[in-house]
Amino acid sequence: MINLIIIALGVMMITAAFMAIYMRSLLSSIIAAGVISLLASIIYLLLAAPDVAMTEAAIGSGLTTVVFLYAFSKVKSGGEDSHG
Amino acid sequence: MVKRMLILLVLVFFTIMLLPLVSEIQPQTVLNSLAQKYVQDGPDELGGANLVTSVIVTYRGLDTLGEVAVLFIATAGVGFLLRRRKDTVVAPVKKRESSEILQTGTALLMPLIFLFGIYIFLHGHLTPGGGFQGGVVIASAVLLSLLAAPQSEMNHKLLNTIESLSGAFYVLIGVLGLYLAAGFLDNRILPLGDFGRLFSAGAIPVIYSLIGLKVGSELVGILDSMQRSES
Repeated sequence: MINLIIIALGVMMITAAFMAIYMRSLLSSIIAAGVISLLASIIYLLLAAPDVAMTEAAIGSGLTTVVFLYAFSKVKSGGEDSHG
Repeated sequence: MVKRMLILLVLVFFTIMLLPLVSEIQPQTVLNSLAQKYVQDGPDELGGANLVTSVIVTYRGLDTLGEVAVLFIATAGVGFLLRRRKDTVVAPVKKRESSEILQTGTALLMPLIFLFGIYIFLHGHLTPGGGFQGGVVIASAVLLSLLAAPQSEMNHKLLNTIESLSGAFYVLIGVLGLYLAAGFLDNRILPLGDFGRLFSAGAIPVIYSLIGLKVGSELVGILDSMQRSES
């Protein structure tokens, strides 16, 4: 049972990774990248590593996303980006 | 076309190279000798209920010091790249006021998140979590207040003081371990206390609190410089 959940989460992670690469808007890509970290932290929790899960959830999906968003808004206001 | 073929070739090469890692993987059923030693002797030797913390702060304390140093250098780099240039006086940009919901929610939630962060790093030797996690939680509380009041100015002198003092005390405790206990960053410079109590595990709570303060103030510094440079 737990293996099935972990496999499902892994598939969702890979899906989110492809979304992060192929999404049209950069904002959606940033959110998708945050989702990867969130799913990874759930997997860590299921694999009995709560310390790593906390770090991943706080840094990976929280702080990194925010830093990316700040950088995104800076890029957007600084001039047109060729990738849109 | 040639480029595509080359990329494909590299991918195939990597697949062949990494295939043994996947195919020959064996699930470990017994701990290796080092892990065995940690699990057997860790709780008695260092008195920390959370073995992960014992390993991170004491057995692998030097690595953690290096990690903190890496974070410090990264923060210094961000601060250097996003510094406010003195000669170019930018007109203060009028930022949109944040919404009522965000302001009220921040007033309610920020003290709680702050308290939770402090709880995480104070109880690092008892429950999952520790200095890094607690520091990030504190930084997220400050981020909330930055979002609610974009015009507010951070007290940089206080931040820098907290950051440098906690870093200096971290190294100082490490050096104390050389003289009073077995080696650098040894936690037995303070009495080990009762297993599982808040005041136990020697210097681990002190070290992790210092790490928490240092990481928190560094990440707040990063967020603040990103917020200010965003014009």
